[in-house]
Amino acid sequence: MARTYDAIVVGAGSVGVPSAYSLASRGLKVLVLDRRSAIGQGENKCAIGGVRATHSDPAKIVLCIRSLEVLTTWKEKYGEDIGWKPGGYCFPVYTEKLESTLRGLFPIQQKYGLVNKWISPDEVDELVPGINRKDLRGGTWSPNDGQVSPIVLPVVLMRHALRMGAEFQVGERVTGYLQEGGAIRGVKTDKDTYLAPRVVVATGSDSAHDGEMLGIKIPVTPDVHEAGITAPLEHFIKPLVVDMRPGPEGKTLNFYFGQNHEGQIIFCYTPKPIILGQERHNSSEFLPILAARMIDLVPRLRHMLVRRTWRGCYPMTPDGVPIIDNVESIKGLTLAVGMCGQGFMLGMGVGQEVASLSLDGKTSLPVEAHSAVKFARDFWAGKTEALK
Amino acid sequence: MTEQLRIHDHPVLAPLPEPSVRFTFNGREILARPEEAVSSALYAAGISTFGHHHRDGGAQGIFCVNGQCSQCTVIVDGRPLKSCMTLVREGMVVRSADGRPPLPADDVLPVLGRPGEHRTQVLILGGGPAGLCAAVELGKLGIEVLVIDDKPSLGGKLTLQTHQFFGSVAECWAGTRGIDIATILAEQMKNLPTVKVWLNATAVGVFADGKVGVVTPQGYRVIESEALLVALGAREKSLSFPGCDLPGVYGAGAFQTLVNRDLVHVSKRLFVLGGGNVGLIGAYHALQAGIDVIGLVEALPEVGGYKVHADKIKRLGVPIWTRHTVLRAEPEPGGERLHSVTIAEIDKSFQPVPGTERTYEVDTLLIAVGLNPCDELLEQAKEIGLKVYAAGDTAEIAEASAAIFSGRIMGRQIANDLGAKVTIPEGWPSMAETLRSRPGPTQVAEEPDLPQKVYPIIRCVQEIPCNPCEAACPEKLISLGGSIMGLPRFQGTCYGCGECVSVCPGLAINLVFNDYDPTGDKSLLMLPFEFSLDRVPLGMEVQTVDMVGNPIGTGKVVAIRQRPEQDRRHLLLVEVPAKDKLRVAGFTIRGPSVPVEQPASESDDDPIVCRCERIRKSAIVKEIRAGVRDLNQLKAMSRASMGGCGGKTCTDLVRRIFREEGISPKEITPGTTRPLVAETPLEAFVRSTEDSNG
Repeated sequence: MARTYDAIVVGAGSVGVPSAYSLASRGLKVLVLDRRSAIGQGENKCAIGGVRATHSDPAKIVLCIRSLEVLTTWKEKYGEDIGWKPGGYCFPVYTEKLESTLRGLFPIQQKYGLVNKWISPDEVDELVPGINRKDLRGGTWSPNDGQVSPIVLPVVLMRHALRMGAEFQVGERVTGYLQEGGAIRGVKTDKDTYLAPRVVVATGSDSAHDGEMLGIKIPVTPDVHEAGITAPLEHFIKPLVVDMRPGPEGKTLNFYFGQNHEGQIIFCYTPKPIILGQERHNSSEFLPILAARMIDLVPRLRHMLVRRTWRGCYPMTPDGVPIIDNVESIKGLTLAVGMCGQGFMLGMGVGQEVASLSLDGKTSLPVEAHSAVKFARDFWAGKTEALK
Repeated sequence: MTEQLRIHDHPVLAPLPEPSVRFTFNGREILARPEEAVSSALYAAGISTFGHHHRDGGAQGIFCVNGQCSQCTVIVDGRPLKSCMTLVREGMVVRSADGRPPLPADDVLPVLGRPGEHRTQVLILGGGPAGLCAAVELGKLGIEVLVIDDKPSLGGKLTLQTHQFFGSVAECWAGTRGIDIATILAEQMKNLPTVKVWLNATAVGVFADGKVGVVTPQGYRVIESEALLVALGAREKSLSFPGCDLPGVYGAGAFQTLVNRDLVHVSKRLFVLGGGNVGLIGAYHALQAGIDVIGLVEALPEVGGYKVHADKIKRLGVPIWTRHTVLRAEPEPGGERLHSVTIAEIDKSFQPVPGTERTYEVDTLLIAVGLNPCDELLEQAKEIGLKVYAAGDTAEIAEASAAIFSGRIMGRQIANDLGAKVTIPEGWPSMAETLRSRPGPTQVAEEPDLPQKVYPIIRCVQEIPCNPCEAACPEKLISLGGSIMGLPRFQGTCYGCGECVSVCPGLAINLVFNDYDPTGDKSLLMLPFEFSLDRVPLGMEVQTVDMVGNPIGTGKVVAIRQRPEQDRRHLLLVEVPAKDKLRVAGFTIRGPSVPVEQPASESDDDPIVCRCERIRKSAIVKEIRAGVRDLNQLKAMSRASMGGCGGKTCTDLVRRIFREEGISPKEITPGTTRPLVAETPLEAFVRSTEDSNG
């Protein structure tokens, strides 16, 4: 006799775990399934941990503000250290074009509640001591953003969910979805069958495959990004820093780094051209390219000791905006996929929205925000997000 | 001037240049030898605390002295660097690493270079016995080889081994000291035109594109090869017990580096934990360096190392306590350095027997509880699907002589796979197998009283792969019966040349001269001695002992034979009462070890498991009990293995805690290892001054 739940969450990563947490918080009996040996072992642990509401897409702004509301108060509320480090996000600006782009985003950011402001070169230097001042025009700083440990948070959330009656089955691969009369009925795995009137797909980089099993097209394609971390240093860099200039030799786009709660510098960049696929071993190019970029931006960082590097995937949608929606043709099925590399920062907010979609059957987002993340949308409308 | 804890009079090692390089540590002037590692110079100045950990203020000092961990980090001219891998420079300003180190406000943009790109047919990681012997085989065939080693000289751990090696004389230089085998192999590299060597070069990762990243003093290089051989040797296992993290507690390899490579008098009173060959030899090396060895404990009923190694330190007066372990290590009152160890007998389930605790004052505790292969790069290469080979300890932990054969065989195999037509001689695999053999059971010793003027007593009663005695006897009077595993038998008429006494790596042969005293009251023995002769001046009375160190009586040193052929081993002629002549196998050089009162415990009962992140056992137990079974998740939650060494030391200890908690190894998902294998300054990746080294 197959076990029955109120909801099944497929995928125990940056999105699946907070979704399960939110569903369990609302009193549902939840089962979470993941093919890996433990939760958070896919893209989640590859995140660098930045949580910013500094986006240009309304849905992302709203969802991340919600994430921040929960994360910034977590320790106060539960006494658990999730590695929260305040300090905001800083986008240093070296070109007039970028200045105008970023300043142009202030109204929409303000409209959805984000505090983000223009700061002078001296202020940038104060936040990021030693930053290259040549041509530095200033930058933006969103003081309420920050960082959380991406490896600790999901376990903490899982343990809360467990206490609320959720079950987590790891090392178990979903092999099929049960549907009947236009509604979801449960899932089949390589070990068992589980029934539930609600299923949430939160499988990130694998979600296109779940789409195939469900008979719907989920346009999510993973591409790989590399990241690294250093030995701890005395705290001196306050915000997470995003350098949006294309890097030298045309091999990189955005470049991100910050100093986490442990004092370690954590960093990554977006390669150019994009590397499709899920190859998880580092390339020999990453550190030399990264080092040149990082040292050019903050020369003193050349003395830091690089400890470890890794690769993870950005589950990309064609327009760079996630899919967080109920599927009209399959009642009870909610998709929370295609986070485009921002699953960790969006996760808590997405979890709340998933609970609302799945349980209440309606979005908790402002209308125009929800329409951006709808499953039924034109992914190739030519719109691309200014702040990816 | 500063204190200088230097070894000036070593029985085997030539003196090093006098200290002449001045630098400062926390403002204090330190005098170092030229080209010396900062860690060694600090120890020689009596400094064993190099900093304090940011998490709990725990004192930090040396641990591996091998570039593998980051515990010896200091701030050199403002930059955090491993002191064991950083050489002293005149005027260098060194500070202790207390808490998280700040970065210097050094904002001048340097020239940004690109990594050098290199290609070779065969890339060999590790210039120890296995790597070098593979390089010889490949180089002889004209195959292009690049050998990479992170140390300033070739030979790997051979460069630390001052003792004569076991094995086969003809096949792998048995009877020659490890340090001299290193020199022989390094010389061979020079005569192989297709073999290149990069020293001070650390392989930090194998990447998805099949390239190996190497940090060299000239900059970062990426190397592509047709075949990759990983021969990076092994690293020491560790143990977790209260006080295991104190400065003064470290691995036997670290000790050998400080003492045998850098001639630093690191300790006055040493204790050894572990009775394998590494621990036994470490104790012997310590005694040779003038360091007193208070004792050695081994958890098993017998030592795991060769009996001859154990016997020789027992004869010198070092107690070996089997079925014992170290319960705790304590710092000096109010201080940080190790001051005492408390040991106890253990029962069959390895639990301490109450009432058997004893405490000894020591300043250093060597951990010698076995080796683990350095196989991270091998595993990375396998995962990526590269054509990768392993030799020496990286493939299988064994003696250096076995690594020599393992390297030769792998060299030929790689040559074959690359299309060279070369065979692996039939005898090689079986010789490799023989050299890997565990020591056999101990036979009952026979001590024959032969009616000859002079003859050898061979106290070699355990099958080990070794044959120098057979090869050394000019009259061919010693036979092993056709196998190097055989026990030597003497037959015939001995002339008393003493070749066997001077060559036996186990110091297990002595001569008995029956014709010394016409009255028949006294006999003369020829005994091997590898210590400074200051310790036994001519005419001195010595306390004689039997093969395993039991006291017998007294003897008198009446003559000393020193010839260059004896390879830095003295042959002492010792007069003993005739009744003792068969039993006396040596004499003690130290008094008994006397326990002291057990100190009021200062160390925490919750021992450190992960040294890098200062994570204690309770934190790991808590996560295991919360259901964690994936080591990646355990890392995330406890931070064990998240530090500089990347779990090289604590993974074993963590697995042991899982066992203690009743979790089967099958339930545990191993952690993922990722580049870099060793922490590397970011600037190494943009420093490039092609092409002085390759």
